[in-house]
Parts: sequence; C-alpha cells; structure tokens
Amino acid sequence: MKILVCISKTPDTTAKIAFTDNNTKFSEAGVQFIVNPYDEWYALVRALELKEATGATVHLVTVGGADTEPIIRKALALGGDEAFRINANSQDSYYIAAQIAALAAQQGYDLIFTGKETIDFNGSGIGGMVAELLQLPFVSIAAKFELNGNTATIRREIEGGEEVNQVTLPVVVSCQKGMAEARIPNMRGIMAARTKPLTVSEPVAADTLTSIVSFELPPAKAGVKLIPADNPAELVRLLHEEAKVI
Amino acid sequence: MSVLIFADQVEGVVKKSALEAIQYGSKVAQLLHTTASAIVLGAADDAALATLGNYGVTKVLHVAAPSLNEVDAAAYTHVIAEAAAQESADVLVFPFNFDGRAIAPRVAARLKAGLVTGAISLPDLAGGFVVKKNVFSGKAFASVNITSATKVVAVMPNTFALEPSGLTAEVVNFNTSIPPAKVKVLQREVISGEVPLSEATLVVSGGRGLKGPENWGLVEDLAKALGATTACSRPVADAGWRPHHEHVGQTGLAIRPNLYIAIGISGAIQHLAGVNGSKVIVVINKDPEAPFFKAADYGIVGDAFEVVPKITEAVKALQ
Repeated sequence: MKILVCISKTPDTTAKIAFTDNNTKFSEAGVQFIVNPYDEWYALVRALELKEATGATVHLVTVGGADTEPIIRKALALGGDEAFRINANSQDSYYIAAQIAALAAQQGYDLIFTGKETIDFNGSGIGGMVAELLQLPFVSIAAKFELNGNTATIRREIEGGEEVNQVTLPVVVSCQKGMAEARIPNMRGIMAARTKPLTVSEPVAADTLTSIVSFELPPAKAGVKLIPADNPAELVRLLHEEAKVI
Repeated sequence: MSVLIFADQVEGVVKKSALEAIQYGSKVAQLLHTTASAIVLGAADDAALATLGNYGVTKVLHVAAPSLNEVDAAAYTHVIAEAAAQESADVLVFPFNFDGRAIAPRVAARLKAGLVTGAISLPDLAGGFVVKKNVFSGKAFASVNITSATKVVAVMPNTFALEPSGLTAEVVNFNTSIPPAKVKVLQREVISGEVPLSEATLVVSGGRGLKGPENWGLVEDLAKALGATTACSRPVADAGWRPHHEHVGQTGLAIRPNLYIAIGISGAIQHLAGVNGSKVIVVINKDPEAPFFKAADYGIVGDAFEVVPKITEAVKALQ
C-alpha cells in the first residue's frame, strides 16, 4: 500500500502576523515556520501509524521553493520513506492541487491525506481538488480513520454531530484533530531524515486562477470595558442596550 | 451568464449558512446584472423550497433523487456541474460549512474555476472580481482576485445577516444523471434540539477555570437562559469533560457568533484563532492578567462560580 501525505509550510501558530511591500506580502521577519499542524499532527502521524500496522510506504509531497526543505526534512524525521518537492511558489489552490494530482497520477497511491486546512490561508481546497482531478472519492474533515483490507471506515464531522462513512480505496481524506496523537521526532528520526530521498521536480503546466491583491489586519479592538464583579446585571444591560446582541 | 448557489439541507430544512449563501449569491447577481438560482439536492418539500425566494433567488432547482439524501462530494459535484452548465452559471456560491468544504473545491476543479473560501465581503468588481477572506486563522484578511472565467466563492457562515424579503421562488425539478455514491454513510449522530455551534449566533463557552465537568451546569444554565449554544476550550475537550464537537479554537471549530461569552478561559492565541471573528466577546475570569481580556469587548474580573449565576438571573429578568 502506498500513502501520500501533503505537507505545507506555515508560520508558527503564535507568529506575529504583519505584511510588507505595501501590504502585498507576508512579513517573514522573525517568524518561525512549521509543518502545518493539521498536516503533521493528524495526516502524517495517522499515515505513519498505518505504515507501522500494515507495512505501507509513506510518501510526502510539498509544493514550494527550496525554503520549504527544512520543513519537509522535519516531517521526514517523524517518519515517512521518501519526499517530493515540486519546485513552484504559488498561492493558488488549483495550481497546487494540479501539481499534487500530477505526482499522484504518476506514482499511484491508495490513500492521499491532507490536513483539513492550512493555518495561513485557511483555504480547505487542496484535498477536494486533488480528488476531483484524479476522479477519486473524497472524505473531508475526518476525525478517525480505520482500515480493514481495502475498506476505510472514517468518522467525520458534520454540523452539530458526526457521521461514519465507509469507502473503498483509493480515496482522498482531509484530516483533523482526533485522527492521531501528535508525535515528537526523536534523534534517530532526525538523523535518518537527512539521508532519506527528497526528489525535486519542476512543476507541470497548470493555470493559476486566483491572485492575492493585498492583505490587511483587522481594526484594533477599542479595549475591554470592565464591569465590577458585584454588579453582573450591568453586563446584561450593556449587552442588551449598548451592544444589542441579546 | 448567471449565479448558481448550492444550498445544503438536513431533512428538508435548508441550513442557515446556506440561506446566507443564497442571499450572498443573489447580491452578486445584482452586481453583475444577472439572475440567481439555488440548487437543492435530496428530498425536500417544494413548498418549503419556494420560500428560499426570501433571500433573493427567483428559481430553485430541486433534484429530489433519494440517492442524494446522503452527501457524497463526487456525486454532488457531478449534479451541480450539470446544473451550472444548464444555467450558464459563471459564478457558483457555496456556504463554507462542512458540506461546502467538501464540495466547493471539487466543483472548482471540475469547472477549472478559481476558488475563494471563507468570503467575508461581496466581490469588488472595479479591479476584477476581488473578494475579501479570512486568513491566518482570523488574524488578517486577504483580498483575492479570481481571474478565471468561472468563479467559485464559499461564504463564511454567520457573516452576513439574513434579510428576508417575503418573496417566493419558482421551484423547478432538475433531472440529470446521478453517478452512484462511492462513500457510504453507515451512521449519523446529530445532537438534536440545539442550534449547531457552527451556526449559533450566541455561544457560552467554558474552560479549565470551571475545574471539572460536574460544574458545567453553570455554563448550561446561562446558555439556556440566553438560547445560546455551549462550547469549550481545548483542554476541556482533551480532558473529556465535554465532547470534541464543542471544542472551539485553532484545532477545533472556528466560529463567528454575535456574542461569545468565555468563562474561565485564559485566551491562549490558539483559542483566540477560533473565536476572533465573534462580533462581541465577553470574558469572565478571576485572573485580571488573563490574555483574553485584551481581545474582549466586555469583561468581569471575578469568580465564575459567584458571577455567572447572577448573570443568568439578570438574563431571565430581562425576558
């Protein structure tokens, strides 16, 4: 069995968000980059558990410049057999999905895992697009994934509850919390990651269908209005008369 | 040229987030001087679907096939793409809810349409088709230009207030081939009798400060008095005090209610990422240094066990 895990480089969850070049570029000054948490904690770790249970091969892919290599090595340090970097910088989900679909079509995977979204662009688009481009079924926002032979049983979130799905492989799954417990790479993994194959390839031709015009920060909050603890009724009055939300 | 809006439903009732998408799509159609239709898949009462006209559509395409009662992203994509072709739709609008997250990207890839998810503004047509969306988990916004001929926009729930007009829409049965679903639904559990957290306009949320699941009556009583939905922070869900689907934050659900009341939650940056789209934030915490106060509109520094029951009483007195 072959599993592909899609990896994205994102700023750390606590990074200060600022923009440069007349608000057209994310400011990377002082920002630490990480593997997108949904890709790492849930998609990758569940894939590694399946590898341990079934002897599957786990491939990683990222679409990005040379600056993404430390991220993909970090992911390899957790486990995984081989990585692919498609050498393109894009912020368009269709373009990125087309690159991943082209690799997948060439390699042939039984399972493709993505995170449910990246924590920078919050697009949630790649998994569904890759599935459509490969004409595979897609299960989104999975919180649990069990495999029995060729049949996957997947628990996914829906509005106000959960649903259990069953699907025959191959399938594309977007992963969220619950799929697996986060792991920390050990020294052996970090050493091994240095020599694991990382193949760099040039992108296939694909259209870019969106472009980011500019970024902005939300207006600053006016500041908290504190209400004395001995007069909570005043809070209710303010919510009713001033904020008009109740 | 027209606008087609996908409206998902549960047991014949179109979701609130889908009504918001319909209204959004209808306004896009006005901007483009064209018409808007909605498409509803699965069993639903046509008389009820006619009321979708309230939100600006003149026509509702209904595909009543029982095989569409369960959502399969691939089968839904096929039907929506067929409808888009029939309607010559060049803008497709989805709610950015659970179904929308599964289907909108597939439809975009099928139609080779640029996709913007989590839209929080109508398109600005002066410089192309520029839509504002949330990025960096609500810590910033990006204006994104969709440059392809066909465009797909998924609308952030709880962002646009509904303005029903009282008009009705024509409901048309739409017949098309339906591919068999590859994903089978074995089981579904939905907490009934409560507004789903993702659609709630009022939310009361508890954190570790409540000390244990036995104290959740405090949160539930206030929520009940307000008609609000309950939520919790990550440590609470991780400890199993509350079910995972109540967890809001970076790794849980991101919500945008009108009112978010946080009780005993310190306000770590990962928690804020899930709630910073709330219109009004109230923080109740005994620690005056809790970072959440910096993101709050109203705050009470005090013991939740004393303060919250008094708030509940004051809410009841208001009604």
